[in-house]
Amino acid sequence: MKNWLVQHVRVLLSTLRRLRATPVSSLLNILVIGIALSLPAGMYVLLQNVQSLAEQVAGAPQISVFLSMDASHDDIARIGRQLKQHEAVGQVEFVPREQALEQIKRTTGLTDVIGGLTQNPLPDAYVVYPKKLGSQALETLRDELQKWPKLEHVQLDSAWARKLEALLKFGRLAALILAVLLSFALVAVTFNTIRLQILTQRDEIEVSKLIGATNAFIRRPFLYFGLLQGLLGGVAAWLIIVISLLLLNGSLAGLVQLYASSFTLRPPSAGNTLTLLGFSAYLGWLGAWLSVAQHLWQTEPG
Amino acid sequence: MIRFNQVYKRYPGGYEALKNVSFEIAEGEMIFLTGHSGAGKSTLLNLIAAIERPSTGSVVIKGQNVGSLKGGALPYLRRNLGLIFQDHKLLFDRSVFDNVMLPLQICGFDHRESDKRVRAALDKVGLLQREKANPIALSGGEQQRLCIARAIVNRPSILLADEPTGNLDMDYAADIMGIFKSFHQVGVTLLIASHDAGILRQFGARTLALKQGELQP
Repeated sequence: MKNWLVQHVRVLLSTLRRLRATPVSSLLNILVIGIALSLPAGMYVLLQNVQSLAEQVAGAPQISVFLSMDASHDDIARIGRQLKQHEAVGQVEFVPREQALEQIKRTTGLTDVIGGLTQNPLPDAYVVYPKKLGSQALETLRDELQKWPKLEHVQLDSAWARKLEALLKFGRLAALILAVLLSFALVAVTFNTIRLQILTQRDEIEVSKLIGATNAFIRRPFLYFGLLQGLLGGVAAWLIIVISLLLLNGSLAGLVQLYASSFTLRPPSAGNTLTLLGFSAYLGWLGAWLSVAQHLWQTEPG
Repeated sequence: MIRFNQVYKRYPGGYEALKNVSFEIAEGEMIFLTGHSGAGKSTLLNLIAAIERPSTGSVVIKGQNVGSLKGGALPYLRRNLGLIFQDHKLLFDRSVFDNVMLPLQICGFDHRESDKRVRAALDKVGLLQREKANPIALSGGEQQRLCIARAIVNRPSILLADEPTGNLDMDYAADIMGIFKSFHQVGVTLLIASHDAGILRQFGARTLALKQGELQP
């Protein structure tokens, strides 16, 4: 067990030495991997940020229930009671038409226009806060309320958030496709790097096999190299993303100020960072494994 | 220890390197394998080390049929063999010491033990003073001795040598045969292939003569 550990440590150290022995090509490889990975990963981080912004702005979803203009006081009271008793409804708030008109006057500054109206065009309304916030539950509730008598219109106020959600889903899918494609590219990059190394170490591999090296022994240094190169590529991708976000935040500050909002792009979470690093290390390992497997397969005794 | 049963080795294209070869080598024996170049000596050695597989027939080493060994078992067979190659197959990207260290690294020996063994092996072939040199700086005879040191550092029970005195002058060759003789004395089974009948005659060992792939009686 101790011997096994010593062997692995020794291989790890010699791998680091090999990376350092060819600094330029190592650096370029790591950069290529980093840039390739930073595209989908950066896209994902941006989408994540947009989503959290959307949640911040949208707040809790609510359903506005507008009553018919001909609804009587009894109708209004009855609907209020029914809403309160409904199992999917949390809180209910009544907004009389006069109050709604006042609110519009205050918030929009259209006092003159509204003052010119001969009668209040707004209906009475209830604002309903549902208990369950899932988009499925919200839609079911809206559809049900729509069928009630004396109701003019039921408006789900989170509709735009859902549109955004769909858009984000689309973006995430695009990022995923990009990630899959670039993953192949990464495996290919490592595959070729390792293939070149194998070519230069052909003699050592041949001799080692002749004097009793197992395939695992032959593979080990190359796997370590692929793993390490992938991991460093992942670190490069992370740095690219974080630095880009910092730069974007600088120019975003001016833009956001115009909207009197405080919003900064957040760097990838610890979990996402670990996923990124693990994934890139795995891809490097995979490329190396394929490369060595191909070579070993070619040199089997006939 | 080593047994060949009606072994044929055919190459694609129909060339037969070995035809109906059968023989047996007992433990601790020292055997010479002679024949002109192209007679099949290297092929025969390759079959023992499972570098090649027989077309038909069986090659049995220590009770194991080598021809049918799975790829995963080959390394453990080879660790029991010391191989001395015609072209040495030394690694010029590392020192003499590290060349001899390689088999021990492969077997996973710990540092102190392997250092000791490497020095013992180098001492046996008279290269202890050159341990830090690069093999490229060694003479032909020294390279051959380095190859021997690498083959014995693992203390194998069987030693296979392909043309170990190939391009060496008489003095060096006698030197190397002397080294082999000392292994024979400690019970190692040796199979030495050489086209040089003169050097072999000085030792009274059993000889297997190959001619165009067939064993001569």
